[in-house]
Amino acid sequence: MEKKAKIEINNLTKAFYKKQSSVTALDDISLSIEEGEFVCIVGPSGCGKTTLLRILAGLEQPSIGDFEIRSVQEGRPLQSMVFQERGVIPWLTVKENVAFGLKMRKLPKNVIQERTDYYLKKTGLDRFAHLYPKELSGGMKQRVSIARAFANDPEILLMDEPFAALDEQNKFILQEELLSIWSETKKTVLFITHSIDEALLLSDRILLMSAQPGKIIQQVKIDTPRPRTIEDIRKDPILAEQFVDIWNHLQDEVQQSRKENR
Amino acid sequence: MNKEKATVGHDPFEIEQREWKQRQSRERYKQLLTIASPIFILLLWEVLSRTGIMDIRFFPPPSAILGTFWKMIASGAIADHIGVSLYRIFLGFLAGVIPGVIIGLLMGLYSPIRHFVQPLVMALMPIPTLALLPIIIILFGIGDLSKVVTIAGSVFFPVVINTAAGVLNIDRIYLDVADNYGAGKLQFFFKIALPGALPVMLEGIQMGQAIALLTIVAAEMMGATSGIGYLIWTSYKAFLLKEMFVGLILISFFGYLFSLMLRGLQKKLLPWR
Repeated sequence: MEKKAKIEINNLTKAFYKKQSSVTALDDISLSIEEGEFVCIVGPSGCGKTTLLRILAGLEQPSIGDFEIRSVQEGRPLQSMVFQERGVIPWLTVKENVAFGLKMRKLPKNVIQERTDYYLKKTGLDRFAHLYPKELSGGMKQRVSIARAFANDPEILLMDEPFAALDEQNKFILQEELLSIWSETKKTVLFITHSIDEALLLSDRILLMSAQPGKIIQQVKIDTPRPRTIEDIRKDPILAEQFVDIWNHLQDEVQQSRKENR
Repeated sequence: MNKEKATVGHDPFEIEQREWKQRQSRERYKQLLTIASPIFILLLWEVLSRTGIMDIRFFPPPSAILGTFWKMIASGAIADHIGVSLYRIFLGFLAGVIPGVIIGLLMGLYSPIRHFVQPLVMALMPIPTLALLPIIIILFGIGDLSKVVTIAGSVFFPVVINTAAGVLNIDRIYLDVADNYGAGKLQFFFKIALPGALPVMLEGIQMGQAIALLTIVAAEMMGATSGIGYLIWTSYKAFLLKEMFVGLILISFFGYLFSLMLRGLQKKLLPWR
């Protein structure tokens, strides 16, 4: 029996029209992602990976093509997004931020309370529940963003470089925490990053994207058993090889676009 | 720096505590300066006036003004003027702020409304409401209503412009968050648009408050039979300069008081800033 894909993207193309220069951000992208899979999209900046995520998040419309997120449980939102660091709403307390999606969906009060408390505890934010985001560090803010998305209990999670603004140590800690929550909920995750290390640490599968037009040029399966640590990634010869492989691919891409821009 | 600390062997918290204390005393010094400045000016005035360097007929010393103020309170002449002015300011302020906020929010939220209303606001704003006073008096009489309308007209513009700007300047990412998490129209308004616009909106209201005071005095100088502006104007015409200064200082005092009150309100409403 063939398993049905969780996310199915069919011939998706997105162009941005401007009078001076029109850009094809995404060019005929077809993709399917399995239930429970953790997929990272890696690509140089400006390759349209954020655009792809925004389309899946319903924040932008594709020019051509379509996509489907398969729903297995009624009443569940299709997707929730973990935004970059500024995505935490400053005039809501930590708790109100985490409860945001649930409140918007007008769930019963006790359900909101219970789920919010669970994820506050899970992310170690319970002590900060009544603070405003201005009093939190960057890492803590991102925990709020992650807790908000998981508390919303969506079919899939979309993450837009959530750790890009963090320092290395914090990044490792949050990556580990993310993996621990993820392994508990087994959500399907589509994660965008420009860090190869991050992709190797997190993903079941890495998709490499090229820039302008944005295409998926290669897929890499990461079979290294979990839980992985950053040390594993440095030591494991297979992963090391994969790192170099991806690195070279991206390097080619960047060089190419530099030449074209000259 | 670090080496010194290490060799002396002080507790780092002790050093930090000393610095914290220094910062505290600097803060107190700044507060002192803030309180001292009006007192300093009043003292200087008193001295210059008493020594005759400033003409005492035009600039009576503050102590004499205070004495006059006292007499006016005792005779009950001034309470009515203050009361009627505050009443007009209060009503006019509300009559300007409420439609200003509502129309400003509509302009910020709905771009067709913004594009329709904006040219009207921009064209009407440069006309001083005081220049319209003759028409306003013809329409609304010389009673309280004409003053209230004049103040409302002046207060409206900074509030409407700041409110619209407040909504428009909300960071896009919060709109995306609301969208992504499925906020409905009402939820979007109460959870994102209103709180997000509030800081800039309150700045506009603060500005409106200052303009309300500027306007009331001028409005009461023309076609009024009571109020602080009326007091200033009639005292001036009768060359009762002490009484005139009482009026001026009253306006200054209320301006300061209202500013403090609004700042307090701002702190209450924006705990997240």
